[in-house]
Amino acid sequence: MLELKGIDAGYAGFQALFGVSMRVDAGEAVAVIGSNGAGKTTLLRVVSGLLAPTAGTMTMQGTDLIATPPHKVIETGIAHVPESRRLFPRLSVEDNLRMGAFIPAARAKFHQRLEYVYALFPRLKERRTQLAGTMSGGEQQMCAIARALMSEPKLVLLDEPSMGLAPVIVSQVFDLVRRIRNDGYTVLIVEQNVRQVLKVVDRAYLLEVGRMKASGRAEELAASDEIRKAYMGL
Amino acid sequence: MDCQLDIFFLEAVVNGLLLAGLLALLALGLNLIFGVIDVVWICYAELVMVGMYGINYAYKGGMPFLVAALFGIVLVAIAGALLHFLVIRPVLETPPINQLLVTGGVLFLLQAAATMAFGIEFKNLGIRLGSLNIIDMSFSWSRILAFLFALAGMLALWLFLSRTFIGTAIRAISQDRQIMPLMGVDSRKLYLVTSAIGGGLAGLAAALMVLQYDIYPQIGLQFGPLIFMICVLGGLGNMIGGFVAAFIISQFIAVGSSCFHTEWGYAVAFLFFMVAIFIRPQGLFGSRT
Repeated sequence: MLELKGIDAGYAGFQALFGVSMRVDAGEAVAVIGSNGAGKTTLLRVVSGLLAPTAGTMTMQGTDLIATPPHKVIETGIAHVPESRRLFPRLSVEDNLRMGAFIPAARAKFHQRLEYVYALFPRLKERRTQLAGTMSGGEQQMCAIARALMSEPKLVLLDEPSMGLAPVIVSQVFDLVRRIRNDGYTVLIVEQNVRQVLKVVDRAYLLEVGRMKASGRAEELAASDEIRKAYMGL
Repeated sequence: MDCQLDIFFLEAVVNGLLLAGLLALLALGLNLIFGVIDVVWICYAELVMVGMYGINYAYKGGMPFLVAALFGIVLVAIAGALLHFLVIRPVLETPPINQLLVTGGVLFLLQAAATMAFGIEFKNLGIRLGSLNIIDMSFSWSRILAFLFALAGMLALWLFLSRTFIGTAIRAISQDRQIMPLMGVDSRKLYLVTSAIGGGLAGLAAALMVLQYDIYPQIGLQFGPLIFMICVLGGLGNMIGGFVAAFIISQFIAVGSSCFHTEWGYAVAFLFFMVAIFIRPQGLFGSRT
């Protein structure tokens, strides 16, 4: 579904990704794990068009993503739940969801999608008129995921969904990820919480200082001594 | 000083209310532009002037007034979009002072161009709508209609902003510009649409003002500073704040003019403004830093 080959990317005077190649197949859940500053967020920013790569190729179901303007990437079926949620704090929950359905294809189905995400996350229906910025961190993460689902995406990108949340909430957030998996979305998730994320995904890649160091089935990586020592504190 | 709670005082209060509708409409347009694009259109009142001339010539060229008014709204909406495309967009990523300077430049350009094209003499459509007389009070219909249509225009904008996808994006963009592409929003297109709406509001104001005021190239100077004062008092970018501030300021002008002397009305309003801004630098309803 999504395929990256030899991607280089960075910011002014600083390269963050070096020849990154990876693949996500339809129906899979894939994680990119690695420590802080490994380039995980940069990788997702490249996929969703927020950052233009300097080398490499990238396709989504055959569409060349590099030639796609940033605001058109979502129309290829990629929805990005950004780091630290990035809801519109002074808009209501429902207006945030409306923003998620901004693209023409989604607008036509707005009410249908709204009922769908409210059924998936009943808590959001209770809070629909509340300003998004006044909700708890876990509820905001729920709203951010729901907003991404409004565009009826095929692939959902999740950037550190557990970041900044209390431990109890973190496991709830991973439950949310499981729920959207079970609903048939392909998921690409980037996480520092390696132990938890490897329980949710099929496969994972290990990113270290901008380079892919390892990849494999989630249970293989979870069993690897190197990863257990470096990322799971065991 | 002649300030008693008599019928003339009441007349002044009502006239202040009628003036407020028009000022609130203009403040709303300016706040909309600032809230979305983060740019202050110093030449906003000059766009109104352009609209007034447009309506004047369209009407005298044989169009019925309503058609001429519609023409004026479309004309200024296009002017707003052009202003953004030609003047603002090239300097959007540069320091804010540049954006002030270029729109300030457009102000002088429009005044000079209007003087050269239309001359300095006052122009008037010659439409007389008469007055509504209640007891000893007299209110001109042109003011009453201006008030009602300004309110209707603001209501229409509010419905647009709260009920449509583009309206929601207009409310959202100032809260997080960077993630707009993730929602599928092309910010450049949204800025252009907002500029056209801001222009359209100025065009509506022009259509309401040609019924009340003579047209001349410097007419913008008469109310331009007033609109900025209202926007700053309400908190720049805060649409509700601007709306309320318009009603406060126009009461000071109307009642001040009635109690002291016409010219004193503006002085009293500015005095209040200075005191209010000294106490609340962010504006009465502002929260921005």
